Amino acid sequence: MSLTSDEVAKIAHLARLAVEPQQLEALGAELSKILDLVAEMDAVDTGQVTPMAHPLEMAQRLREDLVTEPIARERYQAGAPAVENGLFLVPKVIE
Amino acid sequence: MELHEQSIAQLSRRLGAGEVSSTELTTHMLERIRAHDAALNCFITVTEETALAQAKTADERIAAGQAGPLTGVPIAHKDIFCTLDVRTSCGSRMLENFMSPYDATVVGKLQQAGTVMLGKTNMDEFAMGSSNETSYFGPVRNPWDTGTVPGGSSGGSAAAVAARLCVAATGTDTGGSIRQPAALTGITGLKPTYGRCSRWGMVAFASSLDQAGPMARSAEDVAFMLAGIAGFDERDSTSAQRPVDDYAGALGNDIRGVRIGVVREFMGDGLDAGVGASVLAAVEELKRLGAEMVEISLPNAGLSVPAYYVVAPAECSSNLARFDGVRYGHRCEDPKDLEDLYKRSRSEGFGAEVKRRIMIGTYALSAGYYDAYYLKAQKVRQLIADDFRQAFEKCDVIVGPTAPGTAFRLGEKADDPVSMYLQDIYTIAVNLAGLPGMSIPAPASDGMPVGLQLIGSYFDEARLLNVAHQLQLATDWHRQRPAGF
Repeated sequence: MSLTSDEVAKIAHLARLAVEPQQLEALGAELSKILDLVAEMDAVDTGQVTPMAHPLEMAQRLREDLVTEPIARERYQAGAPAVENGLFLVPKVIE
Repeated sequence: MELHEQSIAQLSRRLGAGEVSSTELTTHMLERIRAHDAALNCFITVTEETALAQAKTADERIAAGQAGPLTGVPIAHKDIFCTLDVRTSCGSRMLENFMSPYDATVVGKLQQAGTVMLGKTNMDEFAMGSSNETSYFGPVRNPWDTGTVPGGSSGGSAAAVAARLCVAATGTDTGGSIRQPAALTGITGLKPTYGRCSRWGMVAFASSLDQAGPMARSAEDVAFMLAGIAGFDERDSTSAQRPVDDYAGALGNDIRGVRIGVVREFMGDGLDAGVGASVLAAVEELKRLGAEMVEISLPNAGLSVPAYYVVAPAECSSNLARFDGVRYGHRCEDPKDLEDLYKRSRSEGFGAEVKRRIMIGTYALSAGYYDAYYLKAQKVRQLIADDFRQAFEKCDVIVGPTAPGTAFRLGEKADDPVSMYLQDIYTIAVNLAGLPGMSIPAPASDGMPVGLQLIGSYFDEARLLNVAHQLQLATDWHRQRPAGF
């Protein structure tokens, strides 16, 4: 398994990570080594195996549709990088 | 005996008898942190004021006759647990200044039990690492040899317990992050069954694997801590709805006739010879105590690391998508547009190992690769869980090594992610299956601690603790302490 620099750049974009062009090759080599480790799974035939998504056999619990939490917007926004009038600020999205 | 050498049971008795106050005990531990932590870097934040206030409250509770076994006992929390009004960094620049608006359930329960929080312990960034070297706040050093790592990711908690800077600590374990550092620092750590302790308020890494658990100097202390944190929590959607066993009450059971399964695949290639000899010495001691030995096989356990490095990164890439530089956490300077804001905030906020895992997970989940990676890994996960189910038909407790070697030098594996991942070769299968696992000290090898791993069937923590306690009553391996601390 060997990821090309173009593939690494695409993955970085999907993950919303900025990677400098000169780092792509080295990063690709590191990621490829991890994928080689992962590829060891190919040695076993899993054709008839049911996938296991979760360790416990459980159903999703339901609860009454009641208000359980008070509104605490100011407290939750206290750590936000930029807030105005209770709104999170980001750079302009629509030109 | 010095205060910091005493067990939770001893401290509880002395606190109750008025021989020592929690304020005196807490002051003593804070002094030890001041004296020793510069050499170890166990703590990201020391909460002196909170600790002294909680100690005063504990002393009042004790005086009023309302104390439980943990009341007044000074502990530390891994910095992955959210704590109200105390920074929760998760070892990351991303959360360098993050103040949680609430306490994690585990933190709240231990506070209810009357424990005193000394501080928040250092860890691999977002719990991704096996050496504590990925922390934004610098590596933790192993008190047994400060040129070596304490293991990870709960390395700060492990080193703090080993150096007697706190009586016990919380940790989390996604692939070995309680057990491997416990092994490398000579302490006792337990990863409970998935769902036994609430994940609410624990910064999420891989949600189908993450589990909180206690770290302390003996199985008995761990039993008291587990009793403090186990139980159903409606705020955690995968919390187990079943009663909590009486862990301390089961410690005294006779272990004669308990069937111990030794894993054939864990005792072969890749295991350090000294570690292997120590594990076998511990197995001999269990036999002498009347346990029955059976050899068992986990034929697919060798695929656990490959399967884990799909499942855990996939869940991590999804969980860590929340760090967007908008609602909390690090934001880059002067973003030119929204995409630039996301990308630069995340690239500046996350370290190299976290980025690697996000990218592996993103790749494994991207269009066209799902079947080859994620689905395949889920199937291998099933095979691994089936191996354990079959093994537990022949035995009650599985034993083997916790880690393939003793503590390694700082920097030794830092440039080779795959060799670091193989630190968890014996622990990861337990997380994939969702089983409880422990690490307790075996005889040292060349003066460095060795961990014996005990694995139980689902929700069989009481039996694991019982076997570990009986072994600790008969041996002094867990009483060894690092020189100079």
